[in-house]
Amino acid sequence: MSRLAAIAIKELTQLRRDRMTVAMMVVFPVVQLLVFGYAIDTDVRHVPTVVFDQDGGAAPRDVARSLEATGFYDVVGHVRSYAEISDALRRGVARVALVFPPGFSAASGAGRERSFQLVVDGSDPQIVASATGGATGLVAARNQRATAQRGAAAPLKVEITNWYNPEQRTAVFVVPGIIGVILTMTMVMLTAMAIARERERGTLEALIVSPVRSFELMVGKIVPYVGIGYVQITLVLIVGHVVFDVPFVGSVALLYLMTLVFMAANLALGLVFSTLAKTQQQAMQMSFFFLLPNILLSGFAFPWEGMPRPAQLLSEVLPLTHFLRIVRGIVLKGAGFEDLQPHLTAMGVILVAFVALATLRFHKRLD
Amino acid sequence: MTVVVDARHLHRRFGKLVAVRDVSFQVDKGEIFGVIGANGAGKSTTIRMLCGILRPTSGSATVVGHDVLQEPEAVKRSIGYMTQRFSLYEDLTVEENLRFYAGIYGVPRNRRRERIDAVVARVGLDDRRRQLAGTLSGGWKQRVALACSTIHEPPLLFLDEPTAGVDPISRRRFWDQIHALAAEGTTILVTTHYMDEAERCHRLAFIFRGAVLDQGTPAQVIARRRLRVVEVEVEGSTLEAAAALRRLERLDELSFFGTVVRIALRDEPEPTARVVGALREAGLRWRRVDEARVSVEDAFVAMVHEDARREENAA
Repeated sequence: MSRLAAIAIKELTQLRRDRMTVAMMVVFPVVQLLVFGYAIDTDVRHVPTVVFDQDGGAAPRDVARSLEATGFYDVVGHVRSYAEISDALRRGVARVALVFPPGFSAASGAGRERSFQLVVDGSDPQIVASATGGATGLVAARNQRATAQRGAAAPLKVEITNWYNPEQRTAVFVVPGIIGVILTMTMVMLTAMAIARERERGTLEALIVSPVRSFELMVGKIVPYVGIGYVQITLVLIVGHVVFDVPFVGSVALLYLMTLVFMAANLALGLVFSTLAKTQQQAMQMSFFFLLPNILLSGFAFPWEGMPRPAQLLSEVLPLTHFLRIVRGIVLKGAGFEDLQPHLTAMGVILVAFVALATLRFHKRLD
Repeated sequence: MTVVVDARHLHRRFGKLVAVRDVSFQVDKGEIFGVIGANGAGKSTTIRMLCGILRPTSGSATVVGHDVLQEPEAVKRSIGYMTQRFSLYEDLTVEENLRFYAGIYGVPRNRRRERIDAVVARVGLDDRRRQLAGTLSGGWKQRVALACSTIHEPPLLFLDEPTAGVDPISRRRFWDQIHALAAEGTTILVTTHYMDEAERCHRLAFIFRGAVLDQGTPAQVIARRRLRVVEVEVEGSTLEAAAALRRLERLDELSFFGTVVRIALRDEPEPTARVVGALREAGLRWRRVDEARVSVEDAFVAMVHEDARREENAA
């Protein structure tokens, strides 16, 4: 019993000295609780919606208004062609489009059967579920009311079209996102540990005494991992295509190019962690701690549109949030450079911030 | 003689702690200069300032012609540096480690092969080139570390406790190599707390609590202490003999070596006679009483005592 107690006491004493671990043990559950309880809502509301009104009468406006009133849709604009719908969906400006055919008002006035189309961005299944649920619910309620009032069935119909993922397969949605998650995890963790390892083993001192400049050390450490990152993406894309039959609509070159900015941002963050961590274990803890909000808030596991505003703002500083829009845009929707430029710019800003932070921290250590 | 290291009134504080105070010394080309002191005395801090990786709080130093404050990068290019942790990548082979250090010290690509062969031959590593550094014993790691820190033929080599945790035979071999390097014109600044190693240096500086107590050749440093050392092999209890001998006037230090009691006396013209007298007076018997050579260790201990007396007088 005294031997067991001795070990337990020693363990607690060591734990108490390791402030980082103690902080993690306290902060981790609280953050997790807040994120899960508060930020995650699979019931997506206020989905950005565009309207393609080929009718021009009063009835489409009436339907659109009552759809908005359900809270599921926010009309963000009007378009004049299917091509423009495609543009809006590719850019991520809208996730849903309402299409009213010519003669919609006339049919409505005459009490004839009429239908409108709901085009859904299928790259996120939860958005599809919410959007279609909202529309079919509304249509059913309207028809019921009409029947009760007039005793006649003059049904309103909604025809749902799922773009980019018509069969609603989860793999199509998950596989491109996995690329982002894997890169985040490996890039941040590998760099964070790489410098912590040098410090732990005493080789960092030799490097500091040597004529190596801090930028040579930083970039030299990072470059090999960029290569590893590309191997990882290629593997995921190939396996995703062969095993899960995930389509690749857009340009591979564009994806690889934009991924470079994403990887660089994560590597720079890894360097920041490595200047904070004294041991490899701490570096690992920090990386995991960073990974959690990435998975929960970026839109990888839960729809970004469903999160409250503060969580959305927080997610904007995560490179993964922007990268997911890029990778899903390119792989599933065939988005081009111009469509994705705002997301690329956002990642670029994050990259610059992380590099600045890493350089600042690094200088301190070398003095 | 060319002065390779010129430390002038180096001073370094860490918060309230003064790690190094007013340290000055000069090291000439081809000299093996030992910085001797206990752990935490300020040896490593001094070396770090001389390497240009730690700024002195005040004072300055010129190393291989470069000012450590103005041109730390030039200093870094001109020196080799080896620590007690050896700084090897354990998951790289001996040769890969050497290639790495040749790269970061900017050894031209076309000379790397030749330089690696040369250092490997010097330290006798030939049949271990392809062995992982992590699987080497302490002595071999030390050789590889020496090879790595001399791969770029630095004119000045800093060795910070290079023999910590290494067996005596390896330590001897290591010192042979240090002397060979010095003979070829490399200047060597080595820190150690092994006193037998201190005797192998051309000149020494003794650091105690951040300050230099004395410097000079081992012989000079020993002579300045004006010590005489007597060894007594006792019959019976060494503790009883020690109790009697501790009453001796001008006793600097008394220590035990098996059945031998070693007594260092200051300014004592007839040490053997005094020791014999003290033993007789206490009615003790002895097998042997001989005067012994004064070692650097004796001198170091005496210096620490001098320092303590100075402090007492000052207080």
